[in-house]
Amino acid sequence: MKKFLVHRGVAAPLLWVNIDTDSIIPSREMKLVSKQGLAAGLFAGWRYSSPGSREPNPDFVLNRPEYADATILLSGRNFGCGSSREHAAWALSEYGIRAVIAPSFGVIFQGNCERNGILPVVLAEAEVQAIADAVAVDPQHQQVEIDLERQTVVVPDGHEFCFEIASSSRQMLLEGLDQIDVTLGRLNVIEDFERSWRERRPWLFEV
Amino acid sequence: MATTLFEKLWSEHEIQRLDDGDSLLYIDRLFLHERTGSVALESLFSLGRRVRAPAQVFCSMDHIIDTLPGRGDATLVPGGSEFIYSTRQATRQAGIRLFDVNDSEQGIVHVISPELGIVQPGCTLVCPDSHTCSQGALGALAWGIGSSQAEHAMATSTLVVKRPLTMRVSLRGILSPVVTAKDLILHLIARHGTAGGAGYAIEFAGEVVSGLDVEARLTLCNMAVEFSAFTALIAPDDKVIRYLRDRPYAPKGKNWERAVVHWQSLRSDPEAYFDREIELCCTDIAPTVTWGTSPQQACDITGRVPLVEDRASDSERAALSSACEYMGVRPGQRLQELSIDAAFIGSCTNSRISDLRVAAALLEGRRVAPAVRAICVPGSQAVKRQAEAEGLDRIFQGAGFEWREPGCSMCFFAGGEGFGPCERVVTTTNRNFEGRQGPGVRSHLASPATVAASAIAGRLADPRDYPW
Repeated sequence: MKKFLVHRGVAAPLLWVNIDTDSIIPSREMKLVSKQGLAAGLFAGWRYSSPGSREPNPDFVLNRPEYADATILLSGRNFGCGSSREHAAWALSEYGIRAVIAPSFGVIFQGNCERNGILPVVLAEAEVQAIADAVAVDPQHQQVEIDLERQTVVVPDGHEFCFEIASSSRQMLLEGLDQIDVTLGRLNVIEDFERSWRERRPWLFEV
Repeated sequence: MATTLFEKLWSEHEIQRLDDGDSLLYIDRLFLHERTGSVALESLFSLGRRVRAPAQVFCSMDHIIDTLPGRGDATLVPGGSEFIYSTRQATRQAGIRLFDVNDSEQGIVHVISPELGIVQPGCTLVCPDSHTCSQGALGALAWGIGSSQAEHAMATSTLVVKRPLTMRVSLRGILSPVVTAKDLILHLIARHGTAGGAGYAIEFAGEVVSGLDVEARLTLCNMAVEFSAFTALIAPDDKVIRYLRDRPYAPKGKNWERAVVHWQSLRSDPEAYFDREIELCCTDIAPTVTWGTSPQQACDITGRVPLVEDRASDSERAALSSACEYMGVRPGQRLQELSIDAAFIGSCTNSRISDLRVAAALLEGRRVAPAVRAICVPGSQAVKRQAEAEGLDRIFQGAGFEWREPGCSMCFFAGGEGFGPCERVVTTTNRNFEGRQGPGVRSHLASPATVAASAIAGRLADPRDYPW
């Protein structure tokens, strides 16, 4: 998994609340049995002028030249609610998004991000707005820097915002760990548990 | 120490406590479906990993298969057949039980898992589908996960999970006739907001919950994810035990007797502490329907689209006006004025036999309004067979409903079948997000009774006006 240490980039505001994973990647854009090939479908319902077309909607923030090549999204609360589809995280990652800053996240989506090298940063609504305001004049040059080691977001005017993140999530992102490998290292403990569980709850193994 | 049901299930399954509130939990059951399961299995194989305990893993075809009569592997979803072939091939390779397209036990995951006795009280069950919380209705710890976590569960029989807080939602009073579990959950979300359950595992309790049958409890727990909860669960009682007896995958013989003794012990202790408690008096709850693009934008069927409150914040104003614009409604407009283009009965929320019986009872001897397209999709082959044995298919078709094959169908738009832009659909599904049922489609979530009444009226309608 891609590591996340320090990232600096263009931050684009999508400051609506409850942006769901259907909006991040509509089901109709999940065309292949694959984790790839999803970037073109990212935000398809908003990003293109009509359903099914690939004509950019000039009003959508990611299509505006000043937010070209954005790698950080700023959003309202409950970003990534709804469907559990990990395609939402895969599409964001393939598009080039490295971090999303929002007051809160859908719980399944938040974990999906962390397992795909995208940093979900939780900041208060006013702080997210302050970042959006700070970059608005010239987003290409007023870039935002996120330092996961220090747990800070720094905007060009020097303002620094500190964020909290679970230490296990932080470590996974910093080191680019694959959780399955880590857990497979505990297989002995799992097998011990399973032996005793099988004795206590035999009916669960009747299948 | 007094503990909650959730805490009991959690600690029983906790193999190890890790840093920072994470636990390594043992997973008893994993369910996959062709939409996200195929990707997870292929990814697992590509990394040279294997499914550790294939007998504990199940898979259904439900998400993007067609539901038209006479269906096969071909699907209207572009590229959809690839998901079907890939799932079939990968489950065979892994030795996983697949409920294939026209298998006699096929159906929507959250319908067939209880129906077959795969989910059981006290077990952990996960599925890469957010509505897995439905299955907590039987007293299981069941929750929705991502694909990577499905790979993790397949490779290790475990998941690393952060422990949520606990909340008890006590539903008090006496439910009016015609008011259903769907109305309850919509009302709860409307009152407390879509973020109301964020960070919590919810236990539904109280006399109203005890009075609900198992299928209604599945509907109640189904939309816990729309309340942003980690999951929901209900202590198993005699109704659950009777429901599970003789189901194909339920324990048999001595194991059944042992299981029942254990299941009867699964409840929160009287003195158990919950991090948050909500009480809701349900006596005055009316049939409830959404008017906007979030499940919290709901009100009584007799109500109106709300006006902007003076104290509303900028973001609340913006959310209200964008919802009204998308939905083609005005603040202050009566919901029953809204004429509809389509009615849909189905999905993991409301496609079980009890849902179909209520809708059919209301439809019997009546006709769907002209120009309304009405569709009924049973949740499983077993539901469909039962409905046909009771003659419900003839009632639906006689009233003007299409009668379909089991699957998720038009609950969401995957590029195949869908409703048209600006079409207004009253639907028993769980999400009214923009574009959920097709680009520009305006979805109103409601109970099967409200959908049936609205189909007859040709507009949003109160089922109490259509006695049966």
